[in-house]
Amino acid sequence: MEALIAIAIGALTGCGVYLLLRARSFAVVLGLTLLSYAVNLFLFASGRLVVGKPPIIGTADTFADPLPQALVLTAIVIGFAMTAFVIMLALRMRADLGNDHVDGRD
Amino acid sequence: MYLALSVLTPFLGAALVAWLSQRGRAAAAWGAGGVVLLSLLWLAPLLPAAFAGETEIQRLTWIPAVGFDLVFRLDGLGLLFALMILCIGLLIILYARYYLSPRDSLGRLCAYLLLFMGSMLGIVLSENLIQLLVFWELTSLSSFLLIAYWRGRKAARRGARMALAVTGAGGMALLAGFLLLGEIVGSYELSVVLASGDLIRAHPLYETVLVLVLLGAFAKSAQFPFHFWLPHAMAAPTPVSAYLHSATMVKAGVFLLARLFPALAGTPEWTAIVGGVGLATLIVGAVAALFKHDLKGLLAYSTVSHLGLITALFGIGTPLAAVAGVFHIINHAIFKAGLFMSAGIIDHECGTRDMRRMNGLWQAMPHTAALAMVASAAMAGVPLLNGFLSKEMFFAEVAVLGGRSDAGWLLPVLVTLAAMFTVAYSMRFIIDVFFSGPPKALPQTPHEPPRWMRVPVEILVVLCLLVGIFPAQMVGPLLGVAAAAVLGGPPPDYSLAIWHGFNLALLMSVAALIGGALLYAWREPLFVLQRRFEGLLDARTIFEASLAAAIAFATAAIRRIDTGSLQRQAFVLVLAVVGLGAIGMAGADAALTGARPLLPIDGMTALGFLTLIVATLAATVLHRRRFLALIYVGVVGLIVSLAFVRFSAPDLALTQLSVEVVTLLLLLLALRFLPQETPVESSQGRRWRDGILAGLAGGGIGALTWAMLTRPADSIGGWFLENSVPGGGGTNAVNVIIVDFRAFDTFGEIAVLAIAALGIFALLDKFAPVGLERDPLGHPWDRDLHPVVMSAFARLLLPLALVVSVFIFLRGHNLPGGGFIAGLITAVALMMQYLANGATWANERLSPQTHPWIVAGLGAAVLTGLGSGLFGYPFLTSTFAYFDWPVVGKFPLATVMVFDLGVFLVVVGATLLIQVNLGMVHRASPAEEGRGWRP
Repeated sequence: MEALIAIAIGALTGCGVYLLLRARSFAVVLGLTLLSYAVNLFLFASGRLVVGKPPIIGTADTFADPLPQALVLTAIVIGFAMTAFVIMLALRMRADLGNDHVDGRD
Repeated sequence: MYLALSVLTPFLGAALVAWLSQRGRAAAAWGAGGVVLLSLLWLAPLLPAAFAGETEIQRLTWIPAVGFDLVFRLDGLGLLFALMILCIGLLIILYARYYLSPRDSLGRLCAYLLLFMGSMLGIVLSENLIQLLVFWELTSLSSFLLIAYWRGRKAARRGARMALAVTGAGGMALLAGFLLLGEIVGSYELSVVLASGDLIRAHPLYETVLVLVLLGAFAKSAQFPFHFWLPHAMAAPTPVSAYLHSATMVKAGVFLLARLFPALAGTPEWTAIVGGVGLATLIVGAVAALFKHDLKGLLAYSTVSHLGLITALFGIGTPLAAVAGVFHIINHAIFKAGLFMSAGIIDHECGTRDMRRMNGLWQAMPHTAALAMVASAAMAGVPLLNGFLSKEMFFAEVAVLGGRSDAGWLLPVLVTLAAMFTVAYSMRFIIDVFFSGPPKALPQTPHEPPRWMRVPVEILVVLCLLVGIFPAQMVGPLLGVAAAAVLGGPPPDYSLAIWHGFNLALLMSVAALIGGALLYAWREPLFVLQRRFEGLLDARTIFEASLAAAIAFATAAIRRIDTGSLQRQAFVLVLAVVGLGAIGMAGADAALTGARPLLPIDGMTALGFLTLIVATLAATVLHRRRFLALIYVGVVGLIVSLAFVRFSAPDLALTQLSVEVVTLLLLLLALRFLPQETPVESSQGRRWRDGILAGLAGGGIGALTWAMLTRPADSIGGWFLENSVPGGGGTNAVNVIIVDFRAFDTFGEIAVLAIAALGIFALLDKFAPVGLERDPLGHPWDRDLHPVVMSAFARLLLPLALVVSVFIFLRGHNLPGGGFIAGLITAVALMMQYLANGATWANERLSPQTHPWIVAGLGAAVLTGLGSGLFGYPFLTSTFAYFDWPVVGKFPLATVMVFDLGVFLVVVGATLLIQVNLGMVHRASPAEEGRGWRP
């Protein structure tokens, strides 16, 4: 199981980096989205993988680590805010400069 | 407390005066004067003790965790300077009221003056060296504002920048010196530093500390070779020059010499550097002053020269010399402030400061002329005036020092020579300005200035006379305590008398007076000689050339690093990270795989991850077809939320799922205003290059994840699990961490969310997109029919969805849920209405301007936090109690519910603000004109 999630995080990171290096804003936004999945999964995985033991007191004897989960929960929401801001910046750039190249010039 | 108040009052007063100045110049001037008086008043209760020679130390706790306090100190030296700063400051404000033309803002000048005054007070009243340095830098900054007061003038801006660069660089050296000093002594408190003189002088780093501290002091006090900034600072309005260059700014450097005298002085190095630099400055300044035709230029170089004299006195290092140094600080402040003000009056009345044009002003302004003449006689060191006394003491000390060595006779000769030049330029100030024929082509006809403009000068000139004639009565006590503070012990016996009998000092004085008169008489040939060498070694040219070189270097360096290409920057950044990671991994001697037992793989999970990897690759390969790529990214997001379900994180799964919906919707909306396809631009080689780098990055992160997952975890998570119920009153540990244990983090996070939403709202202002007007089927976007079934369902669904989010919210403390998730569900439910029923319908029922939601949410979070303060607990401490309701049963109710409600409101408000306002941006097709809504 650990190998699967490691490969998944690696794939997300690699594809995210590749898209991040593209010249058009939309691809960069997609790349950032993939990278934030990768980062969230990585942070979450730092609590190690536990199956069937959610950190709800009273449901079991041992639990998954709640701390990375709390960190990732807010990170997901902040990631949304960041994506929204970047895509809005891209839209505004397209509207004001007439193209969607990341450097603002075709 | 009083000392802190005294220092803070001018800072607060600056804002007050800036505000008052709307009500006219008189209000600003009275306000500023009132602030200075108040600042003086705070010192009043401490005066008796200070005059008795006691050292008052007042401490305000600031950051106790790192042992940082605000500590103020009032001893004789601080007292002398504080009185000078405040009393002369008061006179300056009165003078500025009449000096400044109605076109210039008096309020701005007074506000800057007060800022500067507060910084100066901070320097002289600080007990902590670091605190002293902060105020030191503040004087550099506020003097920058003062010198550049006439910001429209190039000379003012240039002079201000030069002063800031030189004194600021000195401040850097000083900081280094103070840090070393603190290391040597083990404390930054002056009381300790001053008592550790022997330790410091014996330390191997003594020379380094000495040079660094002196660099700071010399740059500030315009000592040779840093003296060049001072004449250029004359571009400031005259009240500023009168203040900065008599009693304050330049005196900060000599103050520092006096302050650290017990800690650093008394070694051959000290005498050589301080004495040598002081003597050089004394001579250079005096000679240069004679050749200045600009009235203020003459005074500027004279200031340089007198500062050199004071520095030389401290450099001599004997107790008597130190007393004389303190005495000359007082005397110079008095006569130089008066002289600058007189020069300002003359400038104000004549419209020029060129001494070659203004002659015979005695006729036009006899009163001012008399005042200026007394003050410049004090500067020249004429008997019965204050300047004579301290200069005589200086001569006496030099004569003693000169008698100690073989070549020592040179010292009195050099000093006498400098004194001759002093007499000569003082005579020039008197004779060239007020006598020697009628004025030549003055821009305006001079008169006596307004009555009150002369009053400050009169006060200062009377002081010159009184101190000169009755020194022991006038300044005796103050000088005594100040000198005691400088020496760190009782001052030696000295007599403040005019007549000391026939001795070498008197001979030097007489020689200076006669020689000066002769020099003045022969000035014309000297001027001719000086013109031949003019501009040969101009410090300003050197400074500007080195400045230009530094700027050119910085510009070239930045141009090399920043090419303006984001792709290149991002590539370099990722490459650097991959490189660092590779180095780190290669250097580790541990195996990649750890000892933790692995979880078995089951088919469903494997299928899920396979789908995730395929969808990720598909999104990347197909990224040119944007719509398709976006759908694949959506698939990835869904599987990520499934992964959270699988690995025991129900809260994360719920959050990820609802965020996924919102994000996908947002990106779809955005895609409408962007090209649908990405053109092929990058070359094959570039794609390979990026692909390889991406592969390395992905491989590295994958390996890192593997290494982490196969190692045992050592987490502080157990603490949260144990304390979740007893400490937070909730069984859902994740939610308890978010709203209780780490609530302060959450508060910051919802603030970020709110700021992002507001930023997006601002970006939408005057947003004119070039988007598609028709969808791929040829329908105009805004003519979309809202299917009846969908709109009816959405309306039916809304109450249900809201009930669900209330449920999710309420149970959040104990079971998966909480403010974040409930907020997202509510936002999705409301957005459904926009999708199903259209913006027009939705906007009639709910304002798209959801700012109040955000405000209410942040407000609720802050109030819960402050609420705990009412009961004496730190910010955001929570409390809870168990309640027993008949039907529902026993359940806990915690204050964090209110905090979570704040989270909920911010999430709803921010999400809707982003989505709805972006969703409503469109260009209405002709048929729909007027119906459409634009933000």
